[in-house]
Amino acid sequence: MTATTLTPTERPASSAAAQRRPTHSAIPTGRLLKVELRKMFNTRSGMWLMCSIGILAILATAAVLVFAPEADLTYDNFGAAVGMPMVIILPIIAALSVTSEWSQRSGLTTFTLVPHRGRVITAKLVVAIAVGVAAMVVALAVGALGNLLGAAIAGIDPVWDLAFGQALTITLATVLNMLIGFMLGVLIRNSPGAMVAYFVYNFALAPLAMLLASSQKWFRDLQPWVDFNFAQGALFEGGLTGTQWAQLGVTGLFWLAIPLAIGLLLVRRSEVK
Amino acid sequence: MITVESLTRKYGDHVAVDNISFTARPGRVTGFLGPNGAGKSTTMRVMVGLTPPTSGSATIEGRHFADLPNPGREVGVLLDASAQHAGRTGREILTVAAMTMGLPTSRVDEMLERVSLTPTEAGRRVRDYSLGMRQRLGIATALIGDPHVLILDEPANGLDPAGIRWMRDLLRGYANDGGTVLLSSHLLHEIEVIADDIVVIGNGRIVAHGTKDELLAAAGTVVRTPDRAALADALTRGGVEFTASDDGALRTVADPTLVGRIARDAGCALTELKSADGAGLEEMFLELTADTQREGVAA
Repeated sequence: MTATTLTPTERPASSAAAQRRPTHSAIPTGRLLKVELRKMFNTRSGMWLMCSIGILAILATAAVLVFAPEADLTYDNFGAAVGMPMVIILPIIAALSVTSEWSQRSGLTTFTLVPHRGRVITAKLVVAIAVGVAAMVVALAVGALGNLLGAAIAGIDPVWDLAFGQALTITLATVLNMLIGFMLGVLIRNSPGAMVAYFVYNFALAPLAMLLASSQKWFRDLQPWVDFNFAQGALFEGGLTGTQWAQLGVTGLFWLAIPLAIGLLLVRRSEVK
Repeated sequence: MITVESLTRKYGDHVAVDNISFTARPGRVTGFLGPNGAGKSTTMRVMVGLTPPTSGSATIEGRHFADLPNPGREVGVLLDASAQHAGRTGREILTVAAMTMGLPTSRVDEMLERVSLTPTEAGRRVRDYSLGMRQRLGIATALIGDPHVLILDEPANGLDPAGIRWMRDLLRGYANDGGTVLLSSHLLHEIEVIADDIVVIGNGRIVAHGTKDELLAAAGTVVRTPDRAALADALTRGGVEFTASDDGALRTVADPTLVGRIARDAGCALTELKSADGAGLEEMFLELTADTQREGVAA
């Protein structure tokens, strides 16, 4: 052993290398999920986005406690106050989880450690959905605490006005939002670009559509079938009719499913420079 | 072992890598030498599956990179030390790599120590790292899975002289233990001191490859004499082509034994006779890449 490794020639050494080489098992999907979840929050931006959700949720709850009239101290309102910052910020985290591999070029390492992009991107997608669901559970739990606290301070009976079905549709809305962020991430693959697109998509298109609908009759009738934002609005009210589900499906197909499919195709080919 | 066979990669009309073949053998350090834009990085990207080849193949122990079950445990890769998320700490980057490979987190501390990054430095975000620190972190990421093949693109960039020495010793030890090391550089000196085998690439084509000794021998001889005209005469009669340099030396592609014999027969006293190593490889490099180089012929 000593003799072979001391010899500076290649042949004996290579057989020694062959001996110490164990066979490795494939990387399990569970491990990829764990890694991608960690990567979502272990950057400076991830950490601050996470903190800002917490801070905003506390501020929003406090604002309801302080400013809302007694009649508005309801579970629905507390849940909304906590959920709002999550609905806005979590999709940014989902988008960044994809774009940073390109913009920060960390994909160079990620995609060599796991040379199957489809697996990595799928793991990111699953994690994004799971985070969306978990966030809603937290929002509803914190909202419940706020509701109890608010009722106790005001000296009234807590109002539980959020039906289980509505909680589910609100969770669905959150997940759809996560998917929007994710879709923009795979489609654009550039962090600043995806951020701008996200804000245009969510906060500029909606008022524009509203404006158009208020001035043009033909668009008012058409809006539920073409405006994804508008169709999602029904999810927050709960108790969707068949037509509303259909509208959600149609708008979702064009505004989310198709661009997501295109993005997933592009992301598998796009080179990390 | 890394095997590259008839590898071609085109980007539209531009041929980045043009039908190249070579092997990097275990127990040896293979230097991949070429001017910037010669196709070194593209070749390495194809090796690790980041870029699909237009034709041909690159394999690791006969397998395509994407077919390795847990690539980090077999191939250590450092393509660009700056390609890390600037908002992660060095420790976190290593932790993520260790987690992906299924390694215990104790490996992270071992690696930090191995590349001489202090716990304070490891706790800083990569945004605040110098290029040298990024290279060390990149080396740590490449080594953490205890791979038997290393693929490193310009690993000495940004390292201080002590760091370069450290890297050289590390790679030497690695090859002596039976590992396969492929490293690229556009710095001739770096390759010359560390590599056993050298592959020279220019404009996407391999212009020379072989062991360092072969290539250096092929680089010829430098000879000096007070009696330059006589020696020049004798060399011409002996059929040895040569060039006279400005510093008074004669350079030729013939080997020193032959030149010495001709000088003795001609009765020329020599003040210097040496194989043209050192500067020789540089000349070879410039010469070999002259017609394919961007800057055109330097001499």
